Amino acid sequence: MARVLMKGNEAIGEAAIRAGCLHFFGYPITPQSEVPEYLAKRLPELGGQYVQAESEVAASNMIYGSAGVGIRVLTTSSSPGISLMAEGISYIAACELPVVIVNIMRSGPGLGGILPAQSDYLQATKGMAHGDFHLIVLAPSSVQEAVDMVILAFELAEKYRNPTMVIGDGMIGQMMEPVEFPDQEIGPPLDPGDWALTGCKGREKRIVNSLYLDPEECNQQNIRLEKKWEKITKAEQRWEEYKCDKPYDLLICAFGMVSRICKTAIDSLSEEGYRIGLFRPMTVNPFPYDACAKLVKKSKRVLDVEMNMGQMIQDVRLAAEGSKPIEFFGKAGGVVPSPDEVIDEIRKVMKKAGIKKPKKKTSPKKKIGTAAKKKTSKKTAKKSAAKSSGSPKRSKIRRKR
Amino acid sequence: MYKTFAYTQGLTPKPTHYCPGCTHGTIHRMVGEVIEELGVRERTVGIAPVGCSVLAYEYFNCDMFEASHGRAPAIATGAKRSRPNLIVFTYQGDGDLASIGMGEIIHAANRGEKITVVFVNNAIYGMTGGQMAPTTMPNQRTTTCPAGRDVAEVGYPVRMAEQIADLRTPAFVARVSSHNPKEIIRAKAVLKKAFQYQIENTCFSFVEVLSTCPTNWGLSPLEASNWLEREMIPYYPLGIKKTPEAESGQQEHNSEGV
Ligand SMILES: Cc1ncc(C[n+]2csc(CCOP(=O)(O)OP(=O)(O)O)c2C)c(N)n1
Ligand code: SF4
Repeated sequence: MARVLMKGNEAIGEAAIRAGCLHFFGYPITPQSEVPEYLAKRLPELGGQYVQAESEVAASNMIYGSAGVGIRVLTTSSSPGISLMAEGISYIAACELPVVIVNIMRSGPGLGGILPAQSDYLQATKGMAHGDFHLIVLAPSSVQEAVDMVILAFELAEKYRNPTMVIGDGMIGQMMEPVEFPDQEIGPPLDPGDWALTGCKGREKRIVNSLYLDPEECNQQNIRLEKKWEKITKAEQRWEEYKCDKPYDLLICAFGMVSRICKTAIDSLSEEGYRIGLFRPMTVNPFPYDACAKLVKKSKRVLDVEMNMGQMIQDVRLAAEGSKPIEFFGKAGGVVPSPDEVIDEIRKVMKKAGIKKPKKKTSPKKKIGTAAKKKTSKKTAKKSAAKSSGSPKRSKIRRKR
Repeated sequence: MYKTFAYTQGLTPKPTHYCPGCTHGTIHRMVGEVIEELGVRERTVGIAPVGCSVLAYEYFNCDMFEASHGRAPAIATGAKRSRPNLIVFTYQGDGDLASIGMGEIIHAANRGEKITVVFVNNAIYGMTGGQMAPTTMPNQRTTTCPAGRDVAEVGYPVRMAEQIADLRTPAFVARVSSHNPKEIIRAKAVLKKAFQYQIENTCFSFVEVLSTCPTNWGLSPLEASNWLEREMIPYYPLGIKKTPEAESGQQEHNSEGV
């Protein structure tokens, strides 16, 4: 299919349709309202259902009901709304139902603000709701990746019968980028398998339930869920390595849109001769700890950059196992760090760590690189951040096998 | 020898865990019989609440969900909208439906979801040990209003059937009781009608069933029946409150039953 220019939120709605999802239950909230708006128009045309719930609490229980009868279903929201969905998500995880939830994150806590942030990393990956369970969490860094990841999210949710979340900072939802969709207009329907409540004709009745009054039974249920998570952890880690194929002194860790700002900063400093690599988890849960550890090992210092007060840094520290100091640079509240700010921060960290650019024979090409020392203007930086997701040549998307 | 009373197909043969004299079991039986008689057991999905009837998913002999507290109407919405050929019903207590789940029930009714709600009003929180419910009677003693419900402090009991009937959206709304054989016969006929409206894809249907909780009322089963009749029925009048055929918004407050 040809590439089309589309706003992130609308592309997410279209991606769900391509994945074969014709049922949506949700409640409006900025900055994701274009998803329900898009689907409110498209789904009835396709014989699907769009229902505006009375609250996110209700929406999370509507998707529980929909998935429970074996129908592929989506909900989307933004930070405060996701908090209200915690209840339904815990029940869905316990009942092992496949649903996809998209969180177009804004800043918090409380009502926070409506501008882009990465404020819900810990909520999504560690503490979504009560009880022992894990969400599969994917973090796109472009509109195209948001499309691909929504489709992947349905695949994973159904393969493991586990709720799966896509977290995008507000920019992913709001910006327009060219995207390509799979050729299929609507994916095939979900197979209701041997678990969905479809009416008990010709079979024993089925129960979708998360109550285990017997403690040992409940223990076994927890063990079963944990075993499933081990399987997911082994098979589904995905990440990107940027400029890590050659020796580097500093490793930047970033996820989502911020990684693109970091790439712009890295490109600019590379031209000066600095050696910097980037690690970007694409599945933030399961977090690619081994991959991160390997890359951390090869660096002198690590700088974690996020649009929050430092959430993913906890995972980077776990991966580093105390082997290296992990520096942090972050902005919250909807303030998007500029490439220049990241460059300044990198310089500070490198100075502190005594990292100098390696002496090299000056080639004419290099000279041009070092001559371009002047700061990238804010305008061009923003443009290049939006334009490139880094040089594809030196970027490797990896998956643990 | 021949059987005069047998298990209904609508229920599993599992013995229920309800206290002696509790009418939850009677209401289960009525719903089970209705499901059997209407021949819809194999395409019915029920939704059990959080409350004393939490294990209803074990008792109804059809596909069942267990809901989170109060959210059964939202789950029913998701299920029915996704598979419209299913017959979807919720079974909910008064704490579940009229307190924590007030938002979900009002909006499901207002959207006119084609589901059936069986609302068991026993004027108390049974499962958690007899605390005050939104439906607790004025001056009724519970563990959290030991001096009796003070309406100046916490307001009056909520009349759910009337609240739902007041919505403009067409619906079938009724209140029945389960405290004596005569009312049980009426109640079953009303429940059947409620399911029929769903089968015909006509409207949302809601049946409030007054029920006893001898354990937490601190009464014998017989005293509990009498208390329900004497204290509850005057405040919670029985009857059909609304039919989809009547002009929307028009309430009929009669106590005729069907
Ligand atoms: C979110 C949540 N809050 C509180 C509870 C505790 N709880 C369980 S049952 C119940 C009250 C049920 O009362 P009611 O709906 O009247 O049903 P009954 O037991 O009287 O049949 C409460 C408060 C819970 N399980 N979940
Ligand atoms: S506590 Fe009350 S409502 Fe619960 S089973 Fe016993 S009598 Fe019935």
